[in-house]
Amino acid sequence: MIIQGEKSTPVRYLPFGDSGLLIELGDVIDMKTNCRVIALSDAILKANIQGIEELVPTYRSLLIRYDPQKISFEKLVHRAKDIEKAPMPTTRREGKRIIIPVIYGGEYGPDIGYVAKTHELTEELVIKLHSERQYRVYMIGFIAGFPYLGEVADEIATPRLETPRLKVPAGSIGIAEKQTGIYPCEAPGGWQIIGRTTIRLFNPAKRPPTPLEAGDRVRFKSISENEYNALTRE
Amino acid sequence: MTTIMRSLKVVKPGLFTTVQDRGRGGYLKYGVPLSGAMDQFSLVAANCLVGNDSNAACLETTLIGPELEVLREMQIAVTGGNCEPKINEASVSMWHTLTVQRNDLVSFGRMQSGCRAYLAMRGGIDAPSLLGSRSTYVRGGFGGVNGRQLKMGDLIEGFEAPLSSNEYSMSEELIPQLTNHITAHVILGPQADMFTEEGITTFLSNQYVVTYESDRMGYRLEGPLITHKEKADIVSDALLPGAIQVPKSGKPIIVMRDAQTTGGYPKIAVAITPDISMLGQAKPNDTLEFCEITLEKAHEKIEEYNRLMNNLSHTLIRS
Repeated sequence: MIIQGEKSTPVRYLPFGDSGLLIELGDVIDMKTNCRVIALSDAILKANIQGIEELVPTYRSLLIRYDPQKISFEKLVHRAKDIEKAPMPTTRREGKRIIIPVIYGGEYGPDIGYVAKTHELTEELVIKLHSERQYRVYMIGFIAGFPYLGEVADEIATPRLETPRLKVPAGSIGIAEKQTGIYPCEAPGGWQIIGRTTIRLFNPAKRPPTPLEAGDRVRFKSISENEYNALTRE
Repeated sequence: MTTIMRSLKVVKPGLFTTVQDRGRGGYLKYGVPLSGAMDQFSLVAANCLVGNDSNAACLETTLIGPELEVLREMQIAVTGGNCEPKINEASVSMWHTLTVQRNDLVSFGRMQSGCRAYLAMRGGIDAPSLLGSRSTYVRGGFGGVNGRQLKMGDLIEGFEAPLSSNEYSMSEELIPQLTNHITAHVILGPQADMFTEEGITTFLSNQYVVTYESDRMGYRLEGPLITHKEKADIVSDALLPGAIQVPKSGKPIIVMRDAQTTGGYPKIAVAITPDISMLGQAKPNDTLEFCEITLEKAHEKIEEYNRLMNNLSHTLIRS
């Protein structure tokens, strides 16, 4: 896929405090913008620019944290612009493909009934619609290791809870509008919880601490309670 | 191999005491915040006073300090907010190397100014180094002592280091003068264009009060409302400590070191690095004021700040 020539909004280079450069590539959640963000992030990483501390790709922007004593803001913008304007490689990093086993509904997915009712679907159909798609990891944020995945079918896109829960169990799979995500650890949260996985998504003793990163693909696989219990014991 | 020694026993944990060093960088894209000392200057100073590497792990106390039983003879130093430290009920100096003996009791009085104090022990605190840091990130449940604030009965371990024959103190003029009003320099943006001109003027010309909804993740502020042009939401993007975001309510929130790594509110401005440490000493009911500065000026201030921190050990006074 060639990305050049598809630019709709002008790219903005904005200071983020005294040690950040925010490169805004758009202001929407869509695959094209996110692909550009990740391609740019990969290209800047590859250029190995001295003074860059880390890169944070998100839905539609790339944050560069830099050391102003090693590279000036102007020089960094200049380098980033050169990279952004150059044709992006036609073969891009494909991203890992990961399958997440999920037990849907019941005590593991207390909001699946609400999602089904909202869209006049059966719970089985909600499960089918959620697990038949491959999702893209748009970014990781909110809490350590939480992947923002998109996009779910319109038929199951559901707004957040009116009152967020104080505790969502680790491994919970949620829906918020057209996004779906996985809680890596117990946390407060307002997403509609439809299931749970046994996969441990975050381990600070590992580098990297989570198997997922922006650009990866995720698919959910519906499993039975027996399979879930077997995986839990493993 | 350095020997690990049981060093302190937590008799009372205080309000919120955690192990912190200078924090972990490089993992924001995995949702891991920078964490680390809220007041980096005071952490570095505490380490210098006991001859540690500036990044050694210390205890960070919040408003009400802990009570700690000393388990071995060692040197410590207390810096940061003025917390009236005591050894066996006798007041001792802050910003000064102190030698403590086995069975001594280290305690703290009322926080007279500032919010957080740092206790360094010579050799540094041992806690698992995770993703390049020993800092506690409570929300993620890792780092420090079991990923949480200290509780009664916890044992703090440290790296053995021979006592230094010298004791040091910080020169008076380098000790930050903490008051209940902080002026922080900010760089406008990255989303300042989402606010009305009046909104930006309101933000820059008024005082904001730190509310009780304030912790290591961030501070909610109360004060004149800041108006957005239209939308008060953005498609979530990255956050860094010091960012000042304004949700629909018009009341700003300052993002601090344990904040989530992405957020969906527009950011009107970001505090400069040296001033984030000052903000780390803000407590509920303190007032804040924001003063615009250019990027160029900010970089000069960083240079000055880094020079000061890097040379701190040379400026200490031997006593």
